[in-house]
Amino acid sequence: MHTLTVSELAAGLRARKFSSIDLTLHFLGRIERLGPELNAFVTVTADRALADARAADETLARGEGGPLTGVPVAHKDIFCTDGIRTTCSSRMLSSFIAPYDATVVARWRAAGTVLLGKTNMDEFAMGSSNETSFFGPVRNPWDPKRVPGGSSGGSAAAVAACIAPAATGTDTGGSIRQPAALTNLTGIKPTYGRVSRYGMIAFASSLDQAGVLARSAEDAALLLEAMSGFDPNDSTSVDRPVPNYAAELNQPLKGLRVGIIREFFGAGLDPAVENCVRAAIAQLQQEGAVIRDVSLPSLPLSVPTYYVVAPAECSSNLSRFDGVRFGHRCEQPKDLLDLYKRSRGEGFGAEVKRRIMTGTYVLSAGYYDAYYLQAQKCRALIAADFARAFAEVDVVLSPTAPTAAFELGAKTSDPIAMYLNDIYSIAANLAGLPGISIPCGFVDEGGKDLPVGLQLVGPHFGEARLLAVSHQYQQHTDWHERIAPGYA
Amino acid sequence: MSLTRTQVEGIAHLARLEISEAQMPVYVDSLSRIIDFVEQLAAADTAGIEPMAHPLADQVQRLRPDAVSETDQRERFQQNAPSVAAGLYLVPKVIE
Repeated sequence: MHTLTVSELAAGLRARKFSSIDLTLHFLGRIERLGPELNAFVTVTADRALADARAADETLARGEGGPLTGVPVAHKDIFCTDGIRTTCSSRMLSSFIAPYDATVVARWRAAGTVLLGKTNMDEFAMGSSNETSFFGPVRNPWDPKRVPGGSSGGSAAAVAACIAPAATGTDTGGSIRQPAALTNLTGIKPTYGRVSRYGMIAFASSLDQAGVLARSAEDAALLLEAMSGFDPNDSTSVDRPVPNYAAELNQPLKGLRVGIIREFFGAGLDPAVENCVRAAIAQLQQEGAVIRDVSLPSLPLSVPTYYVVAPAECSSNLSRFDGVRFGHRCEQPKDLLDLYKRSRGEGFGAEVKRRIMTGTYVLSAGYYDAYYLQAQKCRALIAADFARAFAEVDVVLSPTAPTAAFELGAKTSDPIAMYLNDIYSIAANLAGLPGISIPCGFVDEGGKDLPVGLQLVGPHFGEARLLAVSHQYQQHTDWHERIAPGYA
Repeated sequence: MSLTRTQVEGIAHLARLEISEAQMPVYVDSLSRIIDFVEQLAAADTAGIEPMAHPLADQVQRLRPDAVSETDQRERFQQNAPSVAAGLYLVPKVIE
């Protein structure tokens, strides 16, 4: 049952092959058995899951409900869940009970999904390996010595190990796409403003977007549609109709213009990863896509631009954690300043503190123009490069990440090495563009097969095309159907 | 560019973060490396480029009627507070 896709589970539920209670008990059993070794969940919501499942079964028995009714899912622990602990994998929020549902949570709930639990992540979504979590690192189901990527590492590991059929993620610089690539999943980050950020704990507000980690593009289409759309509670939400993504999956590859980003096939890219991506390009060409070389010369600025913009926004957003209204408070503060400093010093982990301080520095008097303003101008250059490319091609293609999954601890002592994991994914966030990562092969590392992902980026609100290209590719390949040994 | 220990102490103070003596050298080193890394942006030619603060150029801030839309949930929200009394948040004495 656990290897079925969301679409297959939905069909099984409607045909009464199994009930939502059956499914939910099965997945809760797998979480109990396999969850601890992966450390994928921060909180398992068994009682809530069973209540949701009972309600879904009643809906289905009345012949009602939609395509997701009764399907179990997991939420990244960055989304507020009413009455359920919401930690952002931080000591700061380790006992925070959210008083309301994030819009994404509310929409999936209204669609009839069953909440299995909250997944582990890099603290406040700051990391690319899920090693900055207060609750410890998540392990990659393909090789437990390796990271699942981050920051949505718990969601990725849970779906890749088939202990949840699908999960939410958030992506500020690659946090859905990079873990999807490292765990053989399909992960989509939609256009900025497509999905509401209400109730999604803020990291960098001009970059953060919610999205989906799933085992196929078809699943991602169903799940993305259910979370998308205008929300008056998010001032940056875009009021624009949501397409029926599932209905558009059959757009043919023939005639599709694919731009291969020249700047993303250079130094630093693992040759074995490149081989997989090149083979996928050949496959797309064989299916009728028109392949073109495109140059986006400002893209090499993306990582340094991001590491000014994102920390700046983070330093501002995380100032709300003051030890007064919610969150961790230090013992015996001697005055208000001591309360602030020790509560924050104790409540935040090392990487979060590093980013807050980076942001504080680049925004401080005398440095603002040189760093922050210059980064915002570089951001405009990057966005303009994409706009020029999309005048010539429908989508652009690159690897999702420069290497397959690396070993735990391999990059924790060097922040720059860690930041460069997101070298190909960050630009889409800076330009607000939708991006998807899909499985495109495997590399052999020490006798283990490790998945490789390719990334497609489209113009603003081009999600339907990205999902359709991915779905068509998945009709001709079976990389996405492979499941990590021991979890099938 | 290398940051000095004094500079990092100043940043930590502005950010209201207590950093232990033992950890301070680690932050001096890693923040210096990050600032050094982002320094490369200075070489980009951005003459005449408008800074971009929002990823969608044509978005405008929406307005809503200035009307009460929230209900009073103070007690519920204060359940997450470290210290409250009589509906108020408690902090150490601010004015002597």
